[in-house]
Amino acid sequence: MLRYTLKRSLSLALSLAVASLVIFFVIEVAPGDPASFMLGINAEPDTVAALRTELGLDQSKGERYFAWVQGMLQGDFGMSYTYRTPVAGMIADRMWVSLPLALYALTLSTLIAFPAGIYAAARRGKSGDMAVMGATQLGVAVPNFWFAMILVLIFAINLRWFNAGGFAGWESGLGPALHSLTLPAIALALPQAAILTRVMRSALLDILGEDFMRTARAKGLTRRQALWRHGLRNAMIPVLTIIGLQFSFLLAGAIIIEQVFFLPGLGRLVFQAISSRDLIVVESVVMLLVFAVILVNFLVDLAYALVDPRLRSRT
Amino acid sequence: MNLLEINTLSLRIGSKEILKDVSFHLAPGEILAVTGESGSGKSMTAFSVMQLLPEAAEVTGSICLEGRDLLQQSEEAMCDLRGSSIGMVFQEPMTALNPVKTIGAQVMETILIHKAMPPEQAEDHARELLARVGLPPERFPLSRFPHELSGGQRQRVVIAMAIALRPKLLIADEPTTALDVTTQAQILELLQDLVQEYDMGLLIITHDLAVVAELADHIVVMRHGEVVETGSTQGLLRDMQHPYTRMLFAASKHQVTLPAPQSPSPLLEVRGAIRDYPLPRTSLFAKPQSFRAVRNVSLTLNRGERLGLVGESGCGKSTLTRAILGLEPLQGGEILLDGAPLAAIRNPEQRRKMQVVFQDPVGSFNPRHRVDRLITEPFYALPNAPKGGAREDLIAETLRAVGLGPEDAHKYIHQFSGGQRQRIAIARALITRPELIIFDEAVSALDVSVRARILDLLVELCEAYGLTYLFISHDLSVVRTVTDRCLVMQKGEIVEQGNTKEIFDDPQHPYTQQLIQAAPVLPDLDQGAA
Repeated sequence: MLRYTLKRSLSLALSLAVASLVIFFVIEVAPGDPASFMLGINAEPDTVAALRTELGLDQSKGERYFAWVQGMLQGDFGMSYTYRTPVAGMIADRMWVSLPLALYALTLSTLIAFPAGIYAAARRGKSGDMAVMGATQLGVAVPNFWFAMILVLIFAINLRWFNAGGFAGWESGLGPALHSLTLPAIALALPQAAILTRVMRSALLDILGEDFMRTARAKGLTRRQALWRHGLRNAMIPVLTIIGLQFSFLLAGAIIIEQVFFLPGLGRLVFQAISSRDLIVVESVVMLLVFAVILVNFLVDLAYALVDPRLRSRT
Repeated sequence: MNLLEINTLSLRIGSKEILKDVSFHLAPGEILAVTGESGSGKSMTAFSVMQLLPEAAEVTGSICLEGRDLLQQSEEAMCDLRGSSIGMVFQEPMTALNPVKTIGAQVMETILIHKAMPPEQAEDHARELLARVGLPPERFPLSRFPHELSGGQRQRVVIAMAIALRPKLLIADEPTTALDVTTQAQILELLQDLVQEYDMGLLIITHDLAVVAELADHIVVMRHGEVVETGSTQGLLRDMQHPYTRMLFAASKHQVTLPAPQSPSPLLEVRGAIRDYPLPRTSLFAKPQSFRAVRNVSLTLNRGERLGLVGESGCGKSTLTRAILGLEPLQGGEILLDGAPLAAIRNPEQRRKMQVVFQDPVGSFNPRHRVDRLITEPFYALPNAPKGGAREDLIAETLRAVGLGPEDAHKYIHQFSGGQRQRIAIARALITRPELIIFDEAVSALDVSVRARILDLLVELCEAYGLTYLFISHDLSVVRTVTDRCLVMQKGEIVEQGNTKEIFDDPQHPYTQQLIQAAPVLPDLDQGAA
């Protein structure tokens, strides 16, 4: 297990290095000079040149790459070109919205999907299964912003249980903060839960057909016992894969939901930074997201090994 | 009183009649073998006793275990009986164990689920059980995972689970079919000993009549869901009443007469072949190790000869075959066809001359292609493959040669039986008019009666087309009849070779002796004909 973890860690570090190179140079070749963008089209050439020097844009690409990486390692992401504030602070503020929202949504989707998937698999072909499958079909097909609007309509406007948008902030306490994230989290979670339910169900159905499930029944286990003791853990590999992918998506892919609920999240930050050529913010956020995705994959890899002993010994 | 009494058992699944009026009985300490070809309902009979049938199954009749009708029991009562009064061993040891649980946990589960003893005691008992089935705790601690064991060892774990609570009835569904002959012999001996020791009744399901003859006290022969004949093993072997039983035994012993081989001139030569598989590095900076699957093997296959290659799984025979086919590179040595070395990428002429038939006729065909496209696949490798009318004629001729008709060209593979599919696989090999056909376990998955007809076909074809065969099999009885010369392979080396008859009659190498010794043999049946 130690070897496995070391190997995965090495691949984590390598992936990050490659990702940082790709992000830096791809964004560098994108057209548009931040300095001239910031100063407007009527700026004098020497003012632009001065700003370029100030921003460090006149250095060679290699120097700037290393400066950028070195800064990031020390927690210094540079200054935003547009807002003239440290990028690290901006990202940290947004992170405190996006990360809890993603975790909240993921928890909800898992809490919905596991029981629903197991229920459907245990009652394959019966009316309960059909009902669950019908509901997931709907969940997959309907976009999450539409869910969001319906939720706002019902729970904020009619029932007035929640605010229609905005974020209370963590300083107002855990309760109010989570309260303001609840509707967005549900809107994000429903489509994800629908996908995860289907994955859970089909993974379990695959396992139910395995020989060792029959062996378990021959030992005297009831169907339910066999499913819980032997089926579930074996079905976890595809489920963990999907959970990992979903987390990455939830972290960065919530732009529309953030827009609907007026949440100051990472998605909105990237969107604004891209529209104002704030390259340093874009680079930093993308790098951070890549780091999150790679980290999640790393954790999923470790979880695989916990679930399946064959992976532990193979590598 | 009989331990198990099955009376007029019938089983339908949907509109399909699986079992019809099956009746037989089994006494404690007795071994009853249910035999028959695939589709005879023998496995379904076993699963009926366990009441582990598909949900749509409708069962009538009675299955009494010590006077208690299992068909009348609730699912809850059956769960109590399964594992405690009835144990079961399955065909596929590789998949019968849960890969994510230790063998200890899995053996203990049988004990704990029936609350037979407290956990600490169950652990000790599990250790004793594993030791009893030949897995001593020093070498096989409870913390082992199934993937760390071989097929035979896994089957021992499955047996330990099945006998953990000393069931009165043990059901074994093809318990040795997936195992090598020497492992098979050990497992059968273990089962036999356990039956005596525990005074269990053993219901063994097997298609292998040689196993039946050696092991069973009583035999039940089934066909199409019906019992065609039952009797004590001795009596039944001496005096078979039903023509189907006679046909089964005759087909199992089926012998073919090979045409005389041509004068020896080498067609295929393997010289000093070496095949290494890289192993994962033991540490980051260590030199990667490798496993030598084929160690310096040399062989010559003469034109018109039928050469057998036997050995147990993992001996390297499949690797060697793949290397000859050019599917795997060699790390040393060379392979010559017609005196010319084979390049890593075979030229079209070399491809034409050498074709192969694999074991699994289902898995080796694309289910979405029709037969004409399937059997003309080798043409892709040929520069001037026949087209249009010539192609149609060739397809028709080849299908006729393997005992099918030209009209079969437009069907899909699922419309054929197992034996017909293997004929199509042979047609695919034959269509380029090759000189050498390699059969990799090509008849191993077939029922005995089908196998007998395919063997006859192979003889016809080699006469008609002057073919040379390389016949790879773990089934010694088949190799014995269908080859002139034979190689015995062990751990990547050829340990013995020579005339097939001489090797079988007078094996020299200890490994060959062991193989032949372990293979169950059908007794001579002619004495009973009178």
